[in-house]
Amino acid sequence: MDFTFTEDQLAFREAISRFLMTEAPPETLREIWETEDGRSPEMRRKMAEQGLTALSVPEAQGGLGMDDIAWSLLTQELGYYAIADSMADTAYVATGLLTALPAGTGLRDELLARIVDGDVRIAVGHPVNPLVADVHLADVILQAHQGEIHALKREQVSFERNPSIDSSRRLSRVSFQPSEATRLVGAEQGRAIWDQTLNRGALAVAGQSLGLAQRMLDLSVDYVVQRKQFGKAIGSFQAVKHKLADVAGKIEFAKPVLYRAAHALANNEPTAALNVSHAKLACCEAAWVAARHGIQVHGAMGYTWEVDLQMFMKRAWALDSSWGDRAFHTSRVAEAVLAADAPIGPHHSFGAAHA
Amino acid sequence: MQLTYTDKQNAFRAEARAWLEANVPSKPLASYDTREGFEEHRAWERKLYESRWSMVMWPEHLGGRGCDLIEWLIFEEEYYAVNAPMRVNQNGQLLLGPTLMEFGTEEQKQHFLPRIASSEDMWAQGWSEPNAGSDMAAIRSKAVRDGDHYIVSGQKTWSTRASFADWTFGLFRSEPNSQRHHGLTYLMVPLNSPGVTIRPIKALNGKEAFAEIFFDEVRVPVENRIGAEGQGWNVAMATAGFERGLLLRSPARFQHTAKRLIELFKANPEMAARDPGVRDAVVESWMGAQAYAYSSYHTVGLVQKGGKVGAEASVNKIVWSELDLKMHETAMRILGARGELRGSAPEAVDGGSWLEGFLFAQAGPIYAGTNEIQRNIIAERMLGLPKA
Repeated sequence: MDFTFTEDQLAFREAISRFLMTEAPPETLREIWETEDGRSPEMRRKMAEQGLTALSVPEAQGGLGMDDIAWSLLTQELGYYAIADSMADTAYVATGLLTALPAGTGLRDELLARIVDGDVRIAVGHPVNPLVADVHLADVILQAHQGEIHALKREQVSFERNPSIDSSRRLSRVSFQPSEATRLVGAEQGRAIWDQTLNRGALAVAGQSLGLAQRMLDLSVDYVVQRKQFGKAIGSFQAVKHKLADVAGKIEFAKPVLYRAAHALANNEPTAALNVSHAKLACCEAAWVAARHGIQVHGAMGYTWEVDLQMFMKRAWALDSSWGDRAFHTSRVAEAVLAADAPIGPHHSFGAAHA
Repeated sequence: MQLTYTDKQNAFRAEARAWLEANVPSKPLASYDTREGFEEHRAWERKLYESRWSMVMWPEHLGGRGCDLIEWLIFEEEYYAVNAPMRVNQNGQLLLGPTLMEFGTEEQKQHFLPRIASSEDMWAQGWSEPNAGSDMAAIRSKAVRDGDHYIVSGQKTWSTRASFADWTFGLFRSEPNSQRHHGLTYLMVPLNSPGVTIRPIKALNGKEAFAEIFFDEVRVPVENRIGAEGQGWNVAMATAGFERGLLLRSPARFQHTAKRLIELFKANPEMAARDPGVRDAVVESWMGAQAYAYSSYHTVGLVQKGGKVGAEASVNKIVWSELDLKMHETAMRILGARGELRGSAPEAVDGGSWLEGFLFAQAGPIYAGTNEIQRNIIAERMLGLPKA
């Protein structure tokens, strides 16, 4: 029993964090997000050089072969630095989907190798999301159709953009004509892979939301320490302190829930769906509270476009309903824990793992 | 990350489970807030001690098993899974014991620790005073040195089960005119000493759950002092961190309550239909209790790798106390008009235990440092916000 990370996992996270701190400051993100396509090939290339896109590609395809547990740390960094959807969707969610395809499935190995090189963007169209993120630049779109998995080039789909209040998001309504030629696997194999993909997508969003919560907390702490009223820093007032203490508490207690879910998904545990939904709810709640309390302690400044808080706040609001909204995940948890033979109670900290 | 138990841990769990199943009283003990119940709980502690289950983390020569924190978590899971009695001597076992281990003299350790483990001595705490609650450094009760004794005078309050306990420990001002946390001395005082008067205070449940302790020139031998004279604050604070935060309320306790709440919810399907929000409240209770368990295992893992845990203990305290409140509020919501019924009422549900728990849950955000104080600690020590 060891519910902690290895030195390697922590060191990798640290390296990515330092890199993003330099390469993805808010002013750079604002410039990129204001462009029509909202993406920077330059930044993408640099992230690939850092090994981010190779992280969970199997070693056979030139990747590092790391798992959901490592990603539970890295998605927090992606969230903290508000890295747009395409990165997590390609390097984590799509990579997981492709890896799960039977060996020899057309495009599988080729795409995985290209993900490592960082020269491919993959969008994932799961039915839980009404709109698909980052189709507009995608080289390949992995689309569900009645449980089947289809791989389409951008030219093979038609899409209509739906602008989001989160300036980092590029969402589209996608329609396409499924065919023999576009189908990677049928529904029999596809359904289980889509289920797993949903869990992975939800976990990616959970980790990012937690990172966003931490970023909003840090911005708020910085603000209340320097902003003075009544002759002193507003951070010395209890009403302000307690709001931010609550955010810190939500974050602290969401982390282990995220890690528990990552372990369950990485090891295909029977409780994975339950653990992931729990993590999604806990992490998104932390982000929701961080946004609400963050804007409150920023006062009128928090309501402006100019102050950076809004970038992270809007992304947190958007991700709250991405890869399954609250109703979806709450229902999944309810179904699992209210079931007749549910493994609940003090014996079951880690599911039905012991006698 | 490795989330399975070792063979040794599984064997430990099996041993604990077998012993508990064979020994846990078949019918619940009387409330430990009554004299009769207090003694029943003392007898249960004695039984635990005789089989070395009372203080599993203490070394073997003190009657423990030298367990690590993971084994402690396992023991607690088994303990609450069989609904074993509440632990009546936590003040001695979780607060005073570790303090003596770190600051006590050899004589003090040899004399007191085994008696704490066996609950031969039951301890009440003497921190709060009428004008020193959250502001504990405002303590005024004094200890005046007189040769090899201190003459103790003053008043302590909110001392849990002091009406029944044998001893109290607390801080007393030993330097006249000293300010705040300076000049305080940590003393252990037998409650049957001449000059000690105990006035019980009825708690919300109508029982004498706590008391005021009056000291009128009570003579306390110098050998009952822990640490140096005037250094009491540091002694008291040294053991106030993580261990206390985690050990005081193990996650198993709340996982057990969450499980009972789910059972209560299922047994009352008509309420789910009339009040759809109740399902979400039940599910959130389970998630909260489970998150506390994960958090504890995660923290224990970090501690075992040599990590230090500081202000995070304050997060723990807020989480478990507010979770307990939420769970019992949800139970009351499910019970509806039956919620107010005392255990003696013919139509009470579950022997009135939800009501009893609901009342006690009101105290959670207040005792062991109010949640407002905990939030200040988080803001100042974790987030670095300036003091007022």
